[in-house]
Amino acid sequence: MHQFLYGTYPYIALTVLAVGSIVRYERDPFTWKSSSSQLLRRKQLILGSILFHVGVLLIFAGHLVGLLTPLAIWDALGVSHGVKQIIAIVLGGSAGISMLIGGLMLAHRRMFDERIRARSSFADSAILLMLLAQVILGLMTIFVSLGHLDGHEMTKFMHWAGGIFTFDGDAASYIKDVNILFKLHIFFGLTIFLVFPFTRLVHMLSVPVRYLWRPGYQIVRTRKGKS
Amino acid sequence: MKVRAQIGMVLNLDKCIGCHTCSVTCKNVWTSRDGVEYAWFNNVETKPGIGYPKDWENQKRWNGGWTRTKSGKLHPKQGAKWRILANIFGNPDLPEIDDFYEPFDFDYDHLKSAPEMDAFPTARPRSRITGERMEKIEWGPNWEEILGGEFEKRSKDYNFDGIQKEIYGEYENTFMMYLPRLCEHCLNPACVASCPSGAIYKREDDGIVLIDQDKCRGWRMCVSGCPYKKIYYNWESGKSEKCTFCYPRIESGLPTVCSETCVGRIRYLGVMLYDADKIQEAASVEGEQELYDAQLGVFLDPNDPEVQAAAREEGIPEAWIKSAIDSPVWKMAMDWKIAFPLHPEYRTLPMVWYIPPLSPIQNAAEAGAIATNNNMPDVSSLRIPVKYLANMLTAGDEAPVVTALERMLAMRGYMRAKTVDGVVDLGIAKQVGLTPLQIEDMYKIMAIADYEERFKVPTTHREAVEDAYDMRGGCGFTDGNGCSTGNSGKKIFGSRKFVVPTGGAR
Repeated sequence: MHQFLYGTYPYIALTVLAVGSIVRYERDPFTWKSSSSQLLRRKQLILGSILFHVGVLLIFAGHLVGLLTPLAIWDALGVSHGVKQIIAIVLGGSAGISMLIGGLMLAHRRMFDERIRARSSFADSAILLMLLAQVILGLMTIFVSLGHLDGHEMTKFMHWAGGIFTFDGDAASYIKDVNILFKLHIFFGLTIFLVFPFTRLVHMLSVPVRYLWRPGYQIVRTRKGKS
Repeated sequence: MKVRAQIGMVLNLDKCIGCHTCSVTCKNVWTSRDGVEYAWFNNVETKPGIGYPKDWENQKRWNGGWTRTKSGKLHPKQGAKWRILANIFGNPDLPEIDDFYEPFDFDYDHLKSAPEMDAFPTARPRSRITGERMEKIEWGPNWEEILGGEFEKRSKDYNFDGIQKEIYGEYENTFMMYLPRLCEHCLNPACVASCPSGAIYKREDDGIVLIDQDKCRGWRMCVSGCPYKKIYYNWESGKSEKCTFCYPRIESGLPTVCSETCVGRIRYLGVMLYDADKIQEAASVEGEQELYDAQLGVFLDPNDPEVQAAAREEGIPEAWIKSAIDSPVWKMAMDWKIAFPLHPEYRTLPMVWYIPPLSPIQNAAEAGAIATNNNMPDVSSLRIPVKYLANMLTAGDEAPVVTALERMLAMRGYMRAKTVDGVVDLGIAKQVGLTPLQIEDMYKIMAIADYEERFKVPTTHREAVEDAYDMRGGCGFTDGNGCSTGNSGKKIFGSRKFVVPTGGAR
C-alpha cells in the first residue's frame, strides 16, 4: 500500500495532470479560465485573494526549489541541512499563514455569500476546501519538524521527490517511517495534482507574464498571410 | 503612411427619440444568455445622468482609458503593464455587478398558477444570479429614463464640469437629451492594451475590436481598462464579452442590428481611411482639447489620388475605396465637421461619433426677443448648454460644437427659405462656411436619411485572403467544437459555451 501511494500514485497523478491539461487546452480552450467572481461580489475578494495567491505562489516555489534542488547544490552553496530546514519553516510558515487567512476569507465568501454560493460549481468549492485542508496539514507538519531541526528528516523528502523524477523504483521506501502528517500532506498534494485539469486551477498554467514583453500595447489581427 | 480602413458609425443625437429599439434588438440578438443578462452592448442613457454603469464617465473613480506621462508616453490609466499584472489577484478598479444592476426576472408563472386568493396575483421579481426573491429593485439599466430620480443624484453627471449646474435643477431650466452608447471600436483601444492574455484584438480589415473567447482567461482587466465601460464580464462563462459591431452582418455588407432597426434613422455607417502610423502620435498630444483635432489628422482623404494609390498598394479593395468616398461618416466628421468623438480626452480615438442635438430656445418665445443673428438663433440661447455638449464631445472646447450647431441651424434656415419662400439664401450658407451644394447634401443625408444614404457598408472581400476551396463543406459559425457531432452534451471540464436561455423563473 505504501509502495502504491508513494511509489505509483505520484506517476498516476502527474500523468493525469499533464495529459488532462493538454487535452483540455486542446479540446476545450473555452473552459480555460480563472473563473473570477469579483464582479458578483467585491467584498472579501480583494484582500482574501491577494493573501491567498501570494501565499500559494511562495509555497509552490518553496516546494519546487526545496524538494527538487539536488542536495549537492545546497552543499556546494554551503547551506547546511539545518539552516535549510529553518528557512523552509520560516518562509513556508509565513506564506502558509497568509494562504490560510486568505483561503478562509475566500471559503467563507464562497460558502456564505448567497451570490457566490449560487454560482459555484462543485469543483469550485471542492478545490478550495482541498487547498485549505492541504495548507492546514502543511502548517501542522511544522510542529513535527520543530522536533528535529537538524534537517535530516527533510532530506528524506528531497530524496523521495528526486527519486520520483529520476524514476527510482525505491523512492517510496525513503519516506516509509516519516510522521503520518507528512504522508497525508503528500497524498493530498498528489490528489490535487490529479484533479488539477478538472478544476479552475488550470488558470495558473496561463499566467500572462508574456504581457510584460509583448511589444507595445496594441494587437491587430489580419487574415492576410494566413490561409 | 500605413493606410487602413475601418467602418465607423455616426449617431445623429438631434434625431434620437430615446425609444431603445437599438438596445432591445441588440439584446435579443447578442445578450439574451445566462451571465450577460445585465450586459447591454448597446444602451440608451438619458442625460444629464450618471449613466450605466453608475458614474462611468468619472475616470477619477474608475481609472479607464489612457494617461499621458510627463515624457509624452501613454499607458492605461489603471496602470502600466507591471501594475496591471500586480492587480491580477484583485482588480481595484473593477465595477461590481450592482454598479450595472442585479439582473432579474419576474415570476410570470405565478400569474397563471396562483390559487384563488383575495388579492390579485402579481409577478414579483427574482434575481437571475441567486434565483432568490428580490424585494425591491434598486437600480436598472435605464434607471434615469426621461430624467427619472432627483436632480441632486443625476447632477453628479461628469459633463457638468465647469457649469453652474444648480439652475438646471429648476423646472423651467431643465433640459435633457438621449445618448445611445455602444463599443467605440477605438483606433487606440484601452481594452486591447489592458488584456494580459492578448485575447482582444482589432481587425485590420474593418477595424472591429473583438475578444477571442478561447484565449480570454477572465483576468477582467479589459473591463476596467475601457473608459466607456463597454466590456462586460460574463459571470456564467467567466469570459469577457463586448459589442461585436455585428461583424457577421458587416462582412456581408449589412448594417449592424442597432443601425438597421433604428426607427429615428439616426445611425450612419461608412468607411473611414486612416493612417495607422499616426495613431500613437495623435493619442499622445499634450492638451486634452487638442485630441479632437489630432484625431481628425489621422484620417485620410479618400478623394486624394495619392491616398487612393497607397490604399490600393495596401490591398484595400476598390469597393472599399469607393465606399470611403461616399462615406456619410467622412462627410459628417471631416467635411461638415458636425460629428464628434465621445470623450476624446480618454485618448482612445473612438470611432463611433455623435452629432450634438439642437434644443428649444430658452425663454425666448415669451420674451419675443430671440437672440438672432441674420435669421439664425444664437446657439448659446439653446436649452442644452453648449458647455455641457462640449464636455461630452470635445473635452470642453466649445468652438467646434458651436460651429456644428450653427451649421445644423443653417441647414434648416436654408431649406426653409428654399422650400417655403422659394429663395436660395446664399448668405446663410456662407455665414457658416458651407456651400449650397454641401447644405443640400446635408439635407439629403441627415433629414431625408434614406437607407442607402445612411449605410455605405462594402462587403468584406474574403476571397482575397482566404481560399474558399479549402473551406467547402465547412460548417460556418460554430460554438467551438467544429462540425463534431460526437458531443455528448455533458462536458468533463465544466461549462458549456452557450447556454440556451431558460424561460420563466428558476
